[in-house]
Amino acid sequence: MTVESVPVLKPPVRTWRERSFDILLWGGIIVLLVVAFGPAEISRLPRLFSNSENMRQFGGEFLRPDFTHWRTYVGQMWLTIQIALWGTGLAIIMAIPLGLLAARNITPAFIQLPMRRLLDLVRSVPDLVLGTIFIVAVGLGPFAGVMALAINTAGVLAKLFSEAVESIDRGPVEGVRATGAAKLHEIVWGVIPQVAPLWTSYALYRFESNSRSATVLGLIGAGGIGYLLFEALNTFSYSQVSAIAIIIVVAVSAIDMLSQAIRSRLL
Amino acid sequence: MSDAAVLSIRNVSKTFGTRRALDKVSLDVSKGEMIALIGPSGSGKSTLLRSISALQTIDGGEGRIDAFGGPVQENGRIASNVRAIRTRIGMIFQQFNLVGRLNLFTNVALGSLGRINFWSGLFGRWPAETQSAVMAALTRVGVAEYAAQRANTLSGGQQQRAAIARALVQRAKIILADEPVASLDPVSARRVMETLQGLNKADGLTVVVTLHQVDYALRYCQRVVALKGGKIAYDGPATGLKTDKLIDIYGPEFEDVFWEGAPQ
Repeated sequence: MTVESVPVLKPPVRTWRERSFDILLWGGIIVLLVVAFGPAEISRLPRLFSNSENMRQFGGEFLRPDFTHWRTYVGQMWLTIQIALWGTGLAIIMAIPLGLLAARNITPAFIQLPMRRLLDLVRSVPDLVLGTIFIVAVGLGPFAGVMALAINTAGVLAKLFSEAVESIDRGPVEGVRATGAAKLHEIVWGVIPQVAPLWTSYALYRFESNSRSATVLGLIGAGGIGYLLFEALNTFSYSQVSAIAIIIVVAVSAIDMLSQAIRSRLL
Repeated sequence: MSDAAVLSIRNVSKTFGTRRALDKVSLDVSKGEMIALIGPSGSGKSTLLRSISALQTIDGGEGRIDAFGGPVQENGRIASNVRAIRTRIGMIFQQFNLVGRLNLFTNVALGSLGRINFWSGLFGRWPAETQSAVMAALTRVGVAEYAAQRANTLSGGQQQRAAIARALVQRAKIILADEPVASLDPVSARRVMETLQGLNKADGLTVVVTLHQVDYALRYCQRVVALKGGKIAYDGPATGLKTDKLIDIYGPEFEDVFWEGAPQ
């Protein structure tokens, strides 16, 4: 009976400011797409279909993969995975202290802010560029690939790690602090147990994507299966390219599935 | 500050933005007392306890907090030896503040971090003395059989008792309990309150406990301190806390809410 006497409020109305922001945002995106239409040569889209005769020729060879040298391919694929393993491993070792130092809630601002900028800088260098630099420094081969992956991944993981630290529950940390523990004790016992599952998940995810990146790094001479792929492409041996591609897809998918299975169990 | 006083709070104020959580609060706590700190939500109870263990700073100025005859914080600055003081003050929180993914044993062993070797503590190589102290404390509060279980798999009451065990391993002389029973069912709440009372009576620990339930305050504590709007509104024996005083502290609705039987 009291329900009737309560005045019914009007539904909320979006203000002019909120609407104009939306129009600016979406309008801006459309303008950018139009501007980029020419330079990105989107007008060549029909060629995907008109050149189908050429595609059929290449496709024919692709459909007959040549596995004569499969032992080499599998060996080089394994080398690529090992590059990814060490690249990710070194990255994790670097990312743990860097990530803690870049977390707002446990590090004072005069360290945390410069650390964030440094990580932004590291991440902005593509691993292909890093690879080229390390090839100059340590010569052609897998180690250059390892270092390129390690530096780039350390930047990415440190940022992800620090964000995980920033979202922890403050309570357990205060619980540890109240016992008279040192700062490092607070981090080891109050922070790390809270972020451990997320950190592991991020590290596994980066290992997945690093085994893809390691393949690409091979193209510039950093060893592994990518290098074989590059050679086969240069000699127009599309049957071999096809065989190598199949091995890469199988290996990378297997790693994906394995790490996803582990990650889903962690969280 | 008298010889028997283990805690001395003098003119302590704390401002959050424009809101005054504590307004020139002064309080002396003697060794072996069990004090209930009551008052409506936002009256400054938690702020006071968190200031005593220096989990937050107080406003600058003349305010100061001393424990065991030495400063914890004064003029808005936390003392440099605060870690040594904290080891002697056990803190119990409403949300237990155990580390959920660690087992009860490790959680309670963390209580010894203040006194054992830094590196042993860092790597969790608990000395034999810590290990036996942990099991003794867990047995005393009645959750020893769950020592190997992760803290977050246990009930609120069990976690809170483990938190008390952590304070025991700490060898705390003062226990500050911030709403220790506010998230517990009545039976668990009573066990926790009885455990705290036991520590006070049998071991002579000084206990300061903030409570929402006035009947608990009257049942378990000899002395009651009531805060209202950041000021002390009552400080005296539990028996002297009459209904009209409680109505003054909590507002006129108190009488309707306090259905468990108001005093007198």
